Amino acid sequence: MDLNFTEAEEAFRAEARAWLEANVPTGLPSGDTRQGFDLHVEWEKKLFEARWSVVSWPKEYGGRGASLWEWLIFEEEYYRAGGPQRVTQNGIFLLAPTIFEFGTDEQKARFLPAMAAADDLWCQGWSEPDAGSDLAGIKSRAARDDERGGWVLNGQKTWTTRGAFCNWVFGLFRTDPDAARHSGMTYLMVPLDAPGVTVRGVERLDGDEGFAEVFFDDVFVGDDLVLGGVNEGWAVAMATTSSERGLTLRSPGRFCAAADRLVDLWKRRSALAAIGDLAAVGAGDPALRDDVAQSWMEAEAYRLATLADVSGLVEGRSQGARSSLTKIFWSELDVRLHETALRLLGPTAELIDDAPGAVDGGAWMKGYEFSLSGPIYAGTNEIQRNVVAERVLGLPRK
Amino acid sequence: MRFAFTDDQLLFRDTVADLLSKECSPEAVRWAWADETGRRPELWGALAEMGVIGLTVPEAHGGLGMNEIDLLPLLTEVGRVAFPGPLLETTAVVAPLLAENAPAPVAERWLPAIAAGEAVATVQLAGQPFVTDAHVADVLVVQHDDRIYAVPGDRLRLTPQQSVDGARRLFSVDFDAADAELIVSGEAGWVAANTAFDRGAAASAAVLIGLAEQMIAMTVEYVVARRQFGVQIGSFQAVKHHLADAELKVSFARPTVWNAAYSLAHRRPEVERDVSMAKCFASDAAELVARKALQCHGAIGYTTEHDLHFWLKRTWALSAAWGDAAWHRRRVAHVLLDD
Repeated sequence: MDLNFTEAEEAFRAEARAWLEANVPTGLPSGDTRQGFDLHVEWEKKLFEARWSVVSWPKEYGGRGASLWEWLIFEEEYYRAGGPQRVTQNGIFLLAPTIFEFGTDEQKARFLPAMAAADDLWCQGWSEPDAGSDLAGIKSRAARDDERGGWVLNGQKTWTTRGAFCNWVFGLFRTDPDAARHSGMTYLMVPLDAPGVTVRGVERLDGDEGFAEVFFDDVFVGDDLVLGGVNEGWAVAMATTSSERGLTLRSPGRFCAAADRLVDLWKRRSALAAIGDLAAVGAGDPALRDDVAQSWMEAEAYRLATLADVSGLVEGRSQGARSSLTKIFWSELDVRLHETALRLLGPTAELIDDAPGAVDGGAWMKGYEFSLSGPIYAGTNEIQRNVVAERVLGLPRK
Repeated sequence: MRFAFTDDQLLFRDTVADLLSKECSPEAVRWAWADETGRRPELWGALAEMGVIGLTVPEAHGGLGMNEIDLLPLLTEVGRVAFPGPLLETTAVVAPLLAENAPAPVAERWLPAIAAGEAVATVQLAGQPFVTDAHVADVLVVQHDDRIYAVPGDRLRLTPQQSVDGARRLFSVDFDAADAELIVSGEAGWVAANTAFDRGAAASAAVLIGLAEQMIAMTVEYVVARRQFGVQIGSFQAVKHHLADAELKVSFARPTVWNAAYSLAHRRPEVERDVSMAKCFASDAAELVARKALQCHGAIGYTTEHDLHFWLKRTWALSAAWGDAAWHRRRVAHVLLDD
């Protein structure tokens, strides 16, 4: 057991820290609004130019060939420096691992560098109006068009994050309507400017137009946009959902940085009391003090668990279904952490959008609203608990 | 960076687990409840033979000279079988305290005997009202403010204190000052006592992980076998989510316990914070698992005919001993929040 990074890894950390401290933008509006999205894309391009946008990818595709440890270090430094949300994340964390595993050489060359450079902006098309947690219930169809050498898409996707701002969508389509539920689906990549595609933005809980519905009316895509085998889409999509670079192994950097900000908020509580009668709400409440400590510990526990997981991954021991435990833990710790901050803020907690009386510009309420999506997206925590019970503990499916 | 045990550490763990599964079955725990001393010297001797009891005793005194990281996986196995006996007190707390602090004659009197399995040790630090296994102890290490003493077991006056865990033997202890031999005092005495407390807290966290893992395993086995409404009760989502919550708590407590052992072994400056985090998480996790395990067992778990109660009761005792979750959470809060 050795909890020290190597000299080379510490040098990597120093390089990342120096660059990030000099370049991380402050005060960007939410990337889930039109205007904010454009500013975030500018930041993503700057990251790419300095080769920090996809550190773990091979150099030929715009990365640094960084190890998993270096990726973790970069993420720690990114959030420590106050780096903004990654509006490219659905591409670089969800689609890219799938392209690396299943894509042809042509697809890799065509899509990966443009994704790293934030020239192509990707959103995901999993959920449909009648298929959320029950993803295998999707109905959107892709019909074979031999003449043109491709597929004709019809149907609807929904809850597509940043769909109104992106230019590509990836997702599953039913290519064999007669096949069993988990068969007959194909993983397709679709340009959102293709004829027949309609995108309608949907305002989210936090007021941002971060969601979209995507409608497909006789949309044609060529065979070159099939990822993996025809009718093998389910396996293609599932193979990378628990990938070590996927969303399920969400780096601890973001939560550790949030926990440190919570500790800072606690220490500022007497200064904040000038704004409202916070002393009556949070400062004098020993239970709240305990909750601040508990949230910090949970973020730290997540960091330690990730170090253990990555130690296994680099030696070839896959996480498997245990990645569902990870997803439950980070999403629920994030909610608790923000709930604690809001209780600390008391009567000012409800202030948002740089209201004159808002603490930290209202970021804690915004963060709370965002945290509430965690237990829902990427497989609800109820589904994840089923996965833990059935595939980690071995309980019967039926 | 490698946050994992070595192959040697895991092999040692497996060897010890194998011995314990044969020699410390639930029947053996049941026997410990009923027997007058509740202790089997031959099992202690077998563990000493393997090097477990003397693991932290320096090689010069006949031990293995290993540290908290080596000991941690073994303590988890000790918890898994609800082992009755003062292994935590002897090996995790007293042996390193004597090795680091005792004058040569005291060290030479006790450490080789501990390593050989011939001497059993127990401990009472400030704030600990009761002493475990004082009835079989050859030596008690006891703290009075900055002074730490060794008292021979045959000089102790004991008043039994019945624990809810019948395999755990607790006593109020009294002795004559003339029988107490000073080990260390002054600033070094405080350091020794604080280190001993942190070692006990981290060790009990490791034991709690083993208790919790075993309760989950027993409950999984039960809900897979038990049928109601014509199906296995483990197929019900309500039962699945109880067990998923149990597994979740243990999974994220476990690495904090490893981290505490690492901090102790490397004497990192964050050791108090890291140990308290581990005991806080392990106590909380094991208590939750105990509740879930009992609930999923239903009425059969609410009997003493079923073995589950051995693990439930050890969990209740150990989650409060060496500082409960709330106490350790407050210690972390102090480190984090008070400038």
